Amino acid sequence: MSFSWEFFLRGVLPQLMTAVPVTITLTLLSALGSALLGVPLALALGAAARWKRWPAATYSLLMRGTPMLVQIYLIYYGLGSLIPRDWMRHSWASPLLRDAFWYGLMALTLNETAYVAVIVKSGLDAIERGQREAANALGLSRMSTLTRILLPQALGVVFPMLANEFILLLKSTVLVSTITIFDVLGTANNIRFETLRVEEPLVGAACVYVALVGIITLVCRPIERRLRRHL
Amino acid sequence: MLVSAGNAPLAGYGDQLVLGLILTLEVSLCSYAIGSVLGLIGAAAKLSRRSSLRLFAGLYTTLVRALPELLLVLLAFYLIAGRVERLAVFVGLAPQGFSLNPFAVAVMSLGFIQGAYITEVLRAAVLAIPRGQREAAQALNLRPLTYLRRIVAPQALRHALGGLGNIWLNATKDASLISVLGIFSDVLKVSSLAAAATKRYVFFYAVAGACFLAITLASMALLHRLRRHLGRAYLT
Repeated sequence: MSFSWEFFLRGVLPQLMTAVPVTITLTLLSALGSALLGVPLALALGAAARWKRWPAATYSLLMRGTPMLVQIYLIYYGLGSLIPRDWMRHSWASPLLRDAFWYGLMALTLNETAYVAVIVKSGLDAIERGQREAANALGLSRMSTLTRILLPQALGVVFPMLANEFILLLKSTVLVSTITIFDVLGTANNIRFETLRVEEPLVGAACVYVALVGIITLVCRPIERRLRRHL
Repeated sequence: MLVSAGNAPLAGYGDQLVLGLILTLEVSLCSYAIGSVLGLIGAAAKLSRRSSLRLFAGLYTTLVRALPELLLVLLAFYLIAGRVERLAVFVGLAPQGFSLNPFAVAVMSLGFIQGAYITEVLRAAVLAIPRGQREAAQALNLRPLTYLRRIVAPQALRHALGGLGNIWLNATKDASLISVLGIFSDVLKVSSLAAAATKRYVFFYAVAGACFLAITLASMALLHRLRRHLGRAYLT
């Protein structure tokens, strides 16, 4: 069975394009969620108090020390099996709990949070002590020291790493295709099983991911330049 | 009830889990070895004076960076393995009906991924060595190979250790991807089967996670000792 360009261009690519929004939504939402959760986790990782630092370090070790695939299965099958069936059927949350998408999003976010936290922590560590002391001397509250002094500078330092992490996150989203989410790879696999043609869907998916990573790289470059203009 | 232990906590899956863990370790080690070879070649090509070699190595690292690991493994199994088999038969290297060993395909595809990241780490490690050392070696009339072996390698290895360690940790986690193919009984696949058969999903996936975590922790301890060993000349 040889590669059919006809099938590739007319059959596979249009179908994969309809799945691109799923992949992009998963990537963006989990990036947003992990940014929101990652900053407090980074602060906890760098905290002086043991009761903050140890749980944060344990979480980060568990998430970064086990494969994403195990975490996805644990959340999808494990959490799914813990929720009582009767309650699930009648609850307001039942459409959410029945859709694999939310389990996938949750696994991606929880995993990515740990990676973002480590990166943000390295950025915060890179800022001199004097900045903190100066902000303190000026009477800035701890919150505004963080949001106006420390985080903007840390972001400038770690932006390339975060951009890199964003690409890795996009690539990790393919793992949710194993729990019946029809992202780009999930759709490609579906075409594979329905048409029994193997090469065109996989090559198509590869093209889509290369294009997406290319777009991210192009978008990130000017942002990086802007963020680092003071450095 | 879901995580109840009972008399046989692993429900008779203990032996299979151990075999699965061994397979996972074998896949990690072999893919990392292949990745190291590819990484050495890739770094040499990236640092080469020939622009064609640099372009080729750049294409390799960019492509791997852009393609999801699972997709690369699927491509290796469904697209590339078949072509390689046909080519081998066509050229006469293999008899009719030859097929590649699935383990070899898995290990090579994962090694291909590892190799791209190792390329970048080794390249950066070599670039971190000051230029003056090359000039000093020339002044001392060291042969290029001696320079590589006695001057570049020990220092570059020390610079690269952190990056190489991270890639090894990723290699052990990426080894879990082969469970998706359904033809390997690695530790994750065995756990999936056990979970589905006993309906103790939380327990068996936690066991799988614990196995990978154990590999990670053991590797981290080893890497720590290795770092101390390689940095011993720099301790004050």
